Amino acid sequence: MTGRLLRLIWVYPDLLSTYGDRGNLLVLERRAWLRGIATEAVSVNSDQPVPRDGGIYLMGGGEDLPQILAAQRLRADGGLAAAAASGAVIFAVCAGYQLLGTEFGGDEGQQLPGLGLLDIRSGRGERRGVGEILADVDPALGIPQLTGFENHQGITALGRRARPLSRTVRGVGNGDGTEGAYAGRILGTYLHGPVLVRNPALADLLLTWAVGPLTPVADQDEEWARRLREERLAAVAH
Amino acid sequence: MDRLPLRARLATAMGGTAGRLSRMAGRGDGSVIGGKVGLWLEPDLLSMLAAGRQVVLVTGTNGKTTTTRLVTAGLGALGQAVASNAFGANMEEGLAAALGQAPNAPYAALEVDEKYLPRVLRATAPRVVVLLNLSRDQMDRAAEIWLLARQWRDALGAASGARVVANADDPLVAWAASSAPSVTWVSAGQRWREDSWCCPQCGSHLRRHGDDWRCGECSCARPRVSWVLDGGKVIDSAGRAHELDLALPGRANRANAVVALAVVDFFGVAVVQALPSLRKVISVAGRYTLVERRGRAVRLLLAKNPAGWLEAFDVLDPPPTPIVLAVNAQEPDGRDTSWLWDVDYRVLSGRRVFLTGERRLDLAVRLEADKIPFQLTGGIDEAVDLVEGRLDVLANYTAFQQIRATLGRVS
Repeated sequence: MTGRLLRLIWVYPDLLSTYGDRGNLLVLERRAWLRGIATEAVSVNSDQPVPRDGGIYLMGGGEDLPQILAAQRLRADGGLAAAAASGAVIFAVCAGYQLLGTEFGGDEGQQLPGLGLLDIRSGRGERRGVGEILADVDPALGIPQLTGFENHQGITALGRRARPLSRTVRGVGNGDGTEGAYAGRILGTYLHGPVLVRNPALADLLLTWAVGPLTPVADQDEEWARRLREERLAAVAH
Repeated sequence: MDRLPLRARLATAMGGTAGRLSRMAGRGDGSVIGGKVGLWLEPDLLSMLAAGRQVVLVTGTNGKTTTTRLVTAGLGALGQAVASNAFGANMEEGLAAALGQAPNAPYAALEVDEKYLPRVLRATAPRVVVLLNLSRDQMDRAAEIWLLARQWRDALGAASGARVVANADDPLVAWAASSAPSVTWVSAGQRWREDSWCCPQCGSHLRRHGDDWRCGECSCARPRVSWVLDGGKVIDSAGRAHELDLALPGRANRANAVVALAVVDFFGVAVVQALPSLRKVISVAGRYTLVERRGRAVRLLLAKNPAGWLEAFDVLDPPPTPIVLAVNAQEPDGRDTSWLWDVDYRVLSGRRVFLTGERRLDLAVRLEADKIPFQLTGGIDEAVDLVEGRLDVLANYTAFQQIRATLGRVS
């Protein structure tokens, strides 16, 4: 895979970018760079077509109205669905995660059609889940506990064709004891933080899906992320 | 004070006592606890205390405290007392305390927390309401800023007696203000645009050229402005240009000054009358002044969110003047530090960067991603000892208060 450019497509930062979503993009860029993998980051606004040849697509959080608008535009555009069909990696957080499903809850409690790329259905919960979250990842993925910060009022039910990304140890997540979902190379989560900053192993999993096995990262390049992670895990344990 | 009902007078007096006790106990400036006691005794205290005064409310994500201070300075030209919550206690109890401490002041300049504007608007029946800007801030508490803009819009549409002074360059603010019957539009600029790419009316992608913006799909567009910040100058509503020449640094403060000048103009204070007083403001609640510490000159800057940090980077001494970045995530700061990823730190290259505060590891990982070298320190004095000459300090809310406590309270 070396020698080929990995295109990281940030989908609709004008609609789907709240606290720190850029961080996930920056972490993917950095961890690819540490392995000598060349990347090109492309921000695609909602008035532009979504390219179909990206390696990893990122979608962030968003408020109700932008989320509804993003769903309409992405369905009309078709670029993301085409990329998914040809095996691209899609990584989505919060509102972006809900959008990947077959339906999600609108601003007045109405159910709206999503992109149908992941077999999940989301709606509006009773109360907002806000705070530190900790979750044990599906052992099949082989990565350690997830730490993050959640801030959403969504509840998400998984269908048979999606697997829970993790089980919550603390926090709300999907609302049924699980957190996030994945199927093939499409993965979504409620975790902000930004989640890839606090969970470098999840960033590496996405990179592996896109480019194949990765070389290890030198200890000194992992130090700060490791210390932050340890601090957050210890803070939640109290 | 005499025109107040007995219970309101009692509530104010008890609140004042609580505030003094709190100050004596060293627990801050005492205005919050004083106001709390007063409001508990008399829930309508705020509207009683505001009655009969010319009230100016100032709200927005950033610049509230400074703008309130500049409005107070400008109104000073009228030669009458101005009540003000100058230290930023900006919820109902802080406002009640400020008014209670200045019972005979005919004017009041009050900064108001964004979420509380609708309630305070109803309680105080202001003459002028200032809307500065809206951007992401403490989203774990305030949730959605579009929702906030809609609450402002509804409240202002129902407040017929108030003149709104609003920043036309911020689309969310302009949309919120446009429901008001009477608006003075100011071009105060908008550097942070990550929260206003979409039309507040219909959600479509906004077309933006310089400060101008319009929706491609509905009628929402930037209103015509009558006051303009033009580089270092203000252009007033008659088209005259005046050099601002403030002691306070930075573009954001010049924008705040233009807004303040538009406000005091409404009360009959001309720009040339107000400007000398605005220029005398050198420090706002401990910010911007140079503090001497162990032979170094330390300057404190407070900013709490990405838009604020972006503006703060603009006022830094040029490199190689070193900088301390200090971040906490206590309740008043917001528990979520994700916002640190929305700031571009590459402008800090060429200077030593020290990190402190309870969440300095979040900063460390963030700066590493921008390839900016940094050094972790245990506290402000450790950084002071590592530098010579000048040091800039940029901190978020409780980190700022901690540093201020270390350096000694400065006004």
